Amino acid sequence: MNGKVVTVTSGKGGVGKTTTTANLGIALASLGHQVVCIDSDIGLRNLDVVMGLENRIVYDLVDAVEGRCRLTQAMIRDKRFQTLFLIPAAQTRDKTAIAPSDMVRICDILRGEVDWIIIDSPAGIERGFRNALAPADEVLVITNPEVAAVRDADRIIGLVEAEEKGPAKLIINRINPAMVKHGDMLSAEDVVELLAVPLIGIVPEDEAVLISTNHGRPVVLDEKSEAGHAFMNLAKRLRGEEVPWMELDHKDGFFNRLGKFISGGD
Amino acid sequence: MASLFENLLGKKTSSADRAKERLHLVLIHDRTDLSPEDLQSMKDRLIQVISEYVKIDADETEIQIETDGREQTLIANIPLRSPRPRR
Repeated sequence: MNGKVVTVTSGKGGVGKTTTTANLGIALASLGHQVVCIDSDIGLRNLDVVMGLENRIVYDLVDAVEGRCRLTQAMIRDKRFQTLFLIPAAQTRDKTAIAPSDMVRICDILRGEVDWIIIDSPAGIERGFRNALAPADEVLVITNPEVAAVRDADRIIGLVEAEEKGPAKLIINRINPAMVKHGDMLSAEDVVELLAVPLIGIVPEDEAVLISTNHGRPVVLDEKSEAGHAFMNLAKRLRGEEVPWMELDHKDGFFNRLGKFISGGD
Repeated sequence: MASLFENLLGKKTSSADRAKERLHLVLIHDRTDLSPEDLQSMKDRLIQVISEYVKIDADETEIQIETDGREQTLIANIPLRSPRPRR
């Protein structure tokens, strides 16, 4: 096997990195792939609770790096999908417990075992981000349609380029079509124009995300949720499928026009 | 004041437009690592240096950073004043 390493990052905290990582993992596993999700936010472990696997943790990423367990012992199997695993972050250590070279080594081993390795990066541009970026074959940058998040995303996109890991692909999370329509939220089109990188996902604001996270059951498993559909589409695009842009504002076809804008752009 | 007139004319700038404008400027400064003050001082010095060689029309001079995708270009449009009429 020749697994692909995908790093999910954002610069700003709280824009949806962990939610996206969990949903991508579930979506890819449900499409029949072998997947490992890695929580690289050492000291602020949270991918485990979002995936609903917090009660199964014995060993973590730092244990595996420091040789206290075999790598497979730190891989927690998902409750729902036999082909999905989580390597949790250590909770009692900090970012300096791991070096970029450790992440490269771990991911090189995993590449031989699974199809996809999805790394949940910590916020910021420090060591934790460097750790998450080092092994990446592809980088997904998440932003919200909001000034601070877009600015930080631009900074991250520049750093990804500087490390020759670019161009990063953009995910715009928590878009509210009604607010966009009233001129009170940056549109996906605006954000793409400002950041000038390829778009891979648009996820609408959706209460179902919080509700499903409360249950430890990623929203992609909820067939009625628009955000769930959007995450599934993202996973399909990641594996190379062409998926039409979802119609979120049913009245004036905004996302249709966006789709045309993007495909007609080049 | 401008926004008051815009309101009266029913041409209110939306908050999204405002966000986009502000981001456009802030990203230029972030990407080039040039503060607005540094940019202004660079423009002033450029005008000064060029003026040592040719007469320029300072009021019509435009020096700005333009964005194309993720690339920034410094664009200068500096009209030269006609030399004194010959006898």
